[in-house]
Amino acid sequence: MRMKKIICTVAATFLASGVANADTLTIATVNNGDMIRMQGLTDDFTAKTGHSVEWVTLEENVLRQRVTTDITTKGGAFDIMTIGMYETPIWGKNGWLVPLDDLSAGYDVGDILPAMAGGLSYDGTLFAAPFYGESSMIMYRTDLMEKAGMSMPEAPSWSFIAKAAREMTDRDNDINGICLRGKAGWGEGGAFITAMSNSFGARWFDENWDAQFDTREWSDTLNFYVNMMNDAGPAGYATNGFNENLSLFQQGKCGMWIDATVAASFVTNPKDSTVADKVGFALAPDNGMGVRSNWLWAWALAIPAGTQKEDAAKQFIEWATSNGYIELVAAKEGWANVPPGARTSLYENANYKDIPFAKMTLDSILSADPNNSTVDPSPYVGIQFAAIPEFAGIATEVSQEFSAAYAGQQSVEEALAKAQALTNDAMEAAGYR
Amino acid sequence: MARTVSTRRKTLTTIAAWTIGIVIFFPILWIIVLSFKTEGDAIKTPLEVLTSLWTFESYAVVQERSDYFKHFTNSVIIALGSTLLGVLVAVPAAWSMAFVPSPRTRGILMWMLSTKMLPAVGVLYPIYLLFIQLGILDSRIGLVVVLMLINLPIIVWMLYTYFREIPGEILEAARMDGATLRAELLYVLTPMAIPGIASTVLLNVILAWNEAFWTLNLTAAKAAPLTAFIASYSSPEGLFYAKLSAASVMAIAPILIMGWFSQKQLVRGLTFGAVK
Amino acid sequence: MATQHSRSAARMMMAPATILLLGWMLVPLTMTLYFSFKKYLPLRGGDLGWVGFDNYVRFVSSSSFWPAVATTLVIVGGVLIITVILGVLLALLLDQPIWGQGVVRILVIAPFFVMPTVSGLVWKNMFMDPVNGFFAHLWRAVGAEPIQWLSQASLPSLIMIISWQWLPFATLILLTAIQSLDSEQREAAEMDGAGPIGRFSFIILPHLARAITVVVLIQTIFLLSIFAEIFVTTAGAFGTKTLTYLIFQRVLESQNVGLGSAGGVYAIILANIVAIFLMRVVGKNLDR
Repeated sequence: MRMKKIICTVAATFLASGVANADTLTIATVNNGDMIRMQGLTDDFTAKTGHSVEWVTLEENVLRQRVTTDITTKGGAFDIMTIGMYETPIWGKNGWLVPLDDLSAGYDVGDILPAMAGGLSYDGTLFAAPFYGESSMIMYRTDLMEKAGMSMPEAPSWSFIAKAAREMTDRDNDINGICLRGKAGWGEGGAFITAMSNSFGARWFDENWDAQFDTREWSDTLNFYVNMMNDAGPAGYATNGFNENLSLFQQGKCGMWIDATVAASFVTNPKDSTVADKVGFALAPDNGMGVRSNWLWAWALAIPAGTQKEDAAKQFIEWATSNGYIELVAAKEGWANVPPGARTSLYENANYKDIPFAKMTLDSILSADPNNSTVDPSPYVGIQFAAIPEFAGIATEVSQEFSAAYAGQQSVEEALAKAQALTNDAMEAAGYR
Repeated sequence: MARTVSTRRKTLTTIAAWTIGIVIFFPILWIIVLSFKTEGDAIKTPLEVLTSLWTFESYAVVQERSDYFKHFTNSVIIALGSTLLGVLVAVPAAWSMAFVPSPRTRGILMWMLSTKMLPAVGVLYPIYLLFIQLGILDSRIGLVVVLMLINLPIIVWMLYTYFREIPGEILEAARMDGATLRAELLYVLTPMAIPGIASTVLLNVILAWNEAFWTLNLTAAKAAPLTAFIASYSSPEGLFYAKLSAASVMAIAPILIMGWFSQKQLVRGLTFGAVK
Repeated sequence: MATQHSRSAARMMMAPATILLLGWMLVPLTMTLYFSFKKYLPLRGGDLGWVGFDNYVRFVSSSSFWPAVATTLVIVGGVLIITVILGVLLALLLDQPIWGQGVVRILVIAPFFVMPTVSGLVWKNMFMDPVNGFFAHLWRAVGAEPIQWLSQASLPSLIMIISWQWLPFATLILLTAIQSLDSEQREAAEMDGAGPIGRFSFIILPHLARAITVVVLIQTIFLLSIFAEIFVTTAGAFGTKTLTYLIFQRVLESQNVGLGSAGGVYAIILANIVAIFLMRVVGKNLDR
């Protein structure tokens, strides 16, 4: 392994010696499966360009804290940062990111899914290239659904989901009808409940930036969620996030799971999942109000302004988010494991068409519109978040109040009242009100 | 000296002590067990875990994903460097507090300790900006200095309590013999204080090894110690108990082993002046 | 005893440590004070001007402030009580003649070597997880419903985790103190016919007063700024937000450096109140 690496590096250095001097890039990234796979394939990049890479792989919350500190202080500790759809427009607006408007022709920027490119741009300029993109959808156990005597429509409603969840629940056999995120944190339970509330006609702010948690729509959302989870959810769902639910589903303890579309490849992978051949997919539910409860997200690579290694960093981004990289992963690990949701051509590829979750992933992504996410008009962009700098802090505190309600420490009404107060307080501090 | 105790009583206390010892140690024991299991086996019931296959798989995965030895080396350098630097600064201060006490000595000591109570997060931005200015972001030297400053109060206090137990007459005698201050410190005081210094060093190496706020926030790729290594295994996608256990064992094993080998010194010295 | 010469030499030797710590304290403190009177929002362009005492008022009037102070005190107090009581009992036990004393001592002090981050992660996932955790398996084995530790018993769980880490420290110091107790004193007491309880409360406990003081002092210093354990287990949810964590939330999650700095100043005030209190109580004990 190591020897191979050395040989590759040496060979690469000789090959590239005529081109430019080799740089060492420091890249901060999140510890998700696709990124870890990318780390394993770094040798290919080094062989092609001569540049080497040092990885800083961190858990999501630590990563956010780390890169935000560095970008706001212009620390320059990283040459490439892995950020999401929430950070990109805010940072781009502040001029902290290098615009990605001169990528090479072979890279084919136009191939990036419009929804993704839109969410990763500010004022029409792309500031981060999507490594993978996701929406959310329903993953359900076809065998349990059949056993319950029901059949999942392509585009179900929340009332159908609640009914199915209660039917599928079999506590004696450790089967919960539905597993959903309840964990505190704006990117965890906060993201889920916000996307869900959209379909119930709720919104975070009205046009005057007044918090809306005192509305009936929010109370409907939360009460519906809590009632359903108490009847059909797993014990301790108030601390379950993406990972916890993934492992519950893989162990066969969930009838349904509504979460990120990227999870589809994990739950259908027979190596990790005990239910790999019994999973069906459907669009995230709606409530008859014209908005579905699916979100839109991308993990993307961006270059902090002021880095000395801009050219090498761009080369890396072109390598990691290109069709060539997708083919590289497909060749090594199979088409089911390529990073999804970033490029149009992937969904036109004949090899990818057979993947069971491909169509539903694309449909979910295409049905998400960050500019038009709520039933009533709202002043913000974003589906499971509002793309303003204050949101992460506020939403984390709000979701902590919600999680306390899920755990039975306070009532839904108390949680909403506190959320209303703290949101308005923070918005006042930031000067919106 | 020897207290005569009935065998029956000794048996009973032995059983009690061993039971409690094992209960306290159990969490560590359990992650060692889980680290040798596959992910699928690691979440089973304890009985099934024990009877399932043992494997090095998780260690291999962890090592392939991140360079353990780089993080390990950084941890060693940062922990040892900050401790030794701290001792170097603290010995003179502790000496003067112990042997030339002034009315303000206790106040200064308490003030030094109180600097440890400042919440680190509150000053992250100022310190980060300072590090950028000085160009020591993501460098071992920067962390050595910061951790030295964080632990300096503890080092001063520990050394002060040891020095105070050394009878002043011996130093007087040395002085009478014409020893310079430097000689007094180097050849008289230090040898007598070796056990105390040893346990001070040990305790502070442990504290520096385990410090997880500054070491994480002031590093990127080059100077990142084992605390950063752990941060990439805390909640990966899918099942992760075995990998997390393996990474945890790798992160705590060196310090645990050091602690075990030196526990006599540590125990003897860890009094903080609690014993007169 | 000390000559004029050695006095000035002493001052010289104090200088490096004092100056370094003064710098370490003053530079951040000044910057914190400076930021605390500013509207400083890194994500909105940084320094947006002076705002007087706005940040101070806002930080205290937030609904999270008093609960955070209370949580801080509950955690510090809870851990202190548990570690001191269990520490004394454990030290008494380890002081008895037993077979394999060295090994038992190693087992008991081991948790002290574990990184706070690791200990938080291990307890949260491998033990307190309500589905796959060790306790959940144990509870189910006896037919009970597993406890949802970190959501429904969040504070007791945290206190338990932190106590596990600090119990070895308390035990070690108390054990050293017990062992320094003159065996003659003990034997004399035994001769007098004092029972075990009498011996404990009239001989051992008074002797331990000083050691207990030291344990309380050192642990308070570390516990007031506890962070990693909360960050990796509950992330401040379920009523586990301490003052330190609240400041973290203001500075890093909300990216409001001014507000967080004002919180930092409050934390410094709290730390100083505790320090003065400790100095009064503890200082006396130490000078005996």
